[in-house]
Amino acid sequence: MGERRTFVFGQKTAEELEAEAGLPTEPMRVNMGPSHPAMHGTVRMVLTLDGERIRESDIELGFIHRCFEKEAEYATYTQIFPYTDRLNYVSPMLNNVGFALAVERLLGIDKEIPERAQYIRVIVGEMARIADHLTCLGASAMELGAFTPFLWFLKAREWLYTLLEEVSGARLTHSYVRVGGVVADLPTDFSEKLGARLIDIARVLNEGEGLIKDLRIFRDRMEGVGVLSAADAIAYGWSGPCLRSTGVDYDVRKDHPYLVYDRLEFDVPVGTRGDNYDRFLVRMYEMRQSLRILRQALDQIPPGPILVPDYAVTLPPKAEVYNSIEGMIAHFKLIMDGIRVPPGEVYSTTEAANGELGFYIVADGTGRPYKCHVRAPSFAILTSLTKQIDGALLSDLIPTFGMVNYIAGETER
Amino acid sequence: MLMIFLLGALKWLGLIMVFVMPVASLLTWAERRQSAMMQDRLGPNRANIGSVRIWGILHFVADAVKMLFKEDFVPAKAHKTLFRLAPVLAFAPVLIAFAIIPFGPTIHVDHLFKVLDPYSAPSGGERLQIFTAEFGMLFYFAIASIANYGTTLAGWASYNKWALLGGLRASSQMMAYEVTMGLAVLGMFLVTGTLEPGAMVDWQGPNPLHWGITVQPLAFLLFFTAAIAETKRAPFDIPEGEPEVIGYFLEYSGLGFGTFFLAEFVEIVFVGALMTTVFFGGYHIPGLYQNGFYFGDWFFELPHVVVAVLQVHAFIFKVIFFCWFQLLIRWTLPRFRPDQLIHLGWKKILPMSLANVMITAAVLLWLGL
Repeated sequence: MGERRTFVFGQKTAEELEAEAGLPTEPMRVNMGPSHPAMHGTVRMVLTLDGERIRESDIELGFIHRCFEKEAEYATYTQIFPYTDRLNYVSPMLNNVGFALAVERLLGIDKEIPERAQYIRVIVGEMARIADHLTCLGASAMELGAFTPFLWFLKAREWLYTLLEEVSGARLTHSYVRVGGVVADLPTDFSEKLGARLIDIARVLNEGEGLIKDLRIFRDRMEGVGVLSAADAIAYGWSGPCLRSTGVDYDVRKDHPYLVYDRLEFDVPVGTRGDNYDRFLVRMYEMRQSLRILRQALDQIPPGPILVPDYAVTLPPKAEVYNSIEGMIAHFKLIMDGIRVPPGEVYSTTEAANGELGFYIVADGTGRPYKCHVRAPSFAILTSLTKQIDGALLSDLIPTFGMVNYIAGETER
Repeated sequence: MLMIFLLGALKWLGLIMVFVMPVASLLTWAERRQSAMMQDRLGPNRANIGSVRIWGILHFVADAVKMLFKEDFVPAKAHKTLFRLAPVLAFAPVLIAFAIIPFGPTIHVDHLFKVLDPYSAPSGGERLQIFTAEFGMLFYFAIASIANYGTTLAGWASYNKWALLGGLRASSQMMAYEVTMGLAVLGMFLVTGTLEPGAMVDWQGPNPLHWGITVQPLAFLLFFTAAIAETKRAPFDIPEGEPEVIGYFLEYSGLGFGTFFLAEFVEIVFVGALMTTVFFGGYHIPGLYQNGFYFGDWFFELPHVVVAVLQVHAFIFKVIFFCWFQLLIRWTLPRFRPDQLIHLGWKKILPMSLANVMITAAVLLWLGL
């Protein structure tokens, strides 16, 4: 018996065929961004492409660094609120709440915040969370070519922004929360208006989901793309919906309850495979849970004050400022010096739309922080993008990057 | 000879200037307006000339003026000749391909106001089709391949890596789907026994049960899919894919871009006309024969001119219906990934079209036709 050779047709890989043909090939290096339609928020990726396959990627941040942390050292604690609006500019309320909680913990008054103010913070925060998820999912769908759900989602987001504008006076940069409470009470008919809008939003969610969730093309683009294991996700410091998509059941609202989240009933959706489709679903279900939280909060919210009556922290009412010497002095000191925070440091986290939003503040007894650091969720998530996309196709980068929900404001603080 | 040439040129001009270009221009507005309706927004409704506003329908004029006055930029390292040639190569073939479309019945000038004999048409007459050839559909495929050069060359000549990627995507997509198109038409060819679009329309006649959609439903689906892929629009817009490779026309501005833009819409109209011709009975109206309407025993006699006018309008209506349908698809579905698109083309649609040809042939053999 001689040597037996088996020929199998169609079993050669593209690499083998190319090697046989002896074609000269070289990888192509392209600059994706900083000015590129998919690089929303200005980020630059240097990709080494083999055909359309990404061999190597290098992600470069810092094109719109805002100096938030340095600026914060020169502003009083109250003046920092407008800066936090611009951290995650899609959901400013959550940043407001996160920063206020950090300062309150430093002051030791976080248990004394009036209940109504806590409920208001939960309500505006959950509204912002829905707005953020709507933007993230809509924009990702749009980048995959599904324009219609994007605009439906933005329509729903606009309803929320309109309501938040009624609450705070500004559509996007609310600066609504204060150390010790919130700056103003909810408008009188707010509860009815929001209740009606919750029904509308639930309808829009169903419509948008119905259009893309089970669509073959959409699932093919999302499923099995950008996979990261739970262990890797934890190692990279992921949090929020992206971490939960890998199967880790961690939500700051559940595991370290703050405000009145322990009194509200809600579930934490968790994914199984850690791919883009899971991240899409987790965000989708989270919005439904937020709607549930909002309904409960609207039912439970008690009447009462919205600020702690401690004039070392909050501004006294105008009547007292004009008619009493104590009120006058308190007002003057708060405006000129800011809130005097006793020396100490605090790391306080909240569940923002993208994940764990942490504020690390060092106080030195003056009205301005000695150091203020932000732990931005999308910064940690972005660091693993290289691992997720290396070896994938150029087109896979788009949904993966979309699901990271990179927000330049908080990443480049 | 000269007369025939002049008549052909006149018909082509008539078709292009009176029907294709206005419809294509209006489609640029209709697409935005229709997508706006689908997405709960207003869309462009303000373009006007003085007080003439008509729902902003003049938006395409504003568009054209904008493109005319924009700087026509040529990148420094681009291949100047090919860069200029590419939009023409993308645009001209589609216009030429319209020559094979029969957009109305044969006109008998002497019998305009008479009722035609239902069983035999008078000899002679002028067919409302510019180019009648036995190889009509093959002519279209040949011409459509040239349009492919336009996109690929645009990507290559721009001296831009993104544009190059777009151009490469365009050519791989075209190759994958043109084969399917050919095979899908082959099914229709087996049934009708002709590749001449006019003869196909004649074969289909005014009875919807005899139309391509009824006798070759699978071929219709496959051909429609491949034809949308040829227009390079969502869900098949990977050569453009603006968040990914931005597109083969990335470096074009002004009228160069405008030409690509308009070519896309002319292709929509062409696909509509092709679908109408091959699968939807062309200019025929159900029940309308050349001497009048028949519905069972009920008969309504009509002179030749009325029948002709009705049929031309039927053709226009069907084409516009298909244009609308393509816009609807474009604003509903997301984009494929390039490898999934090629996979779909070669491994799913192509075998299906092959199977369709086999089954059609077998059935025809069995029926002894």
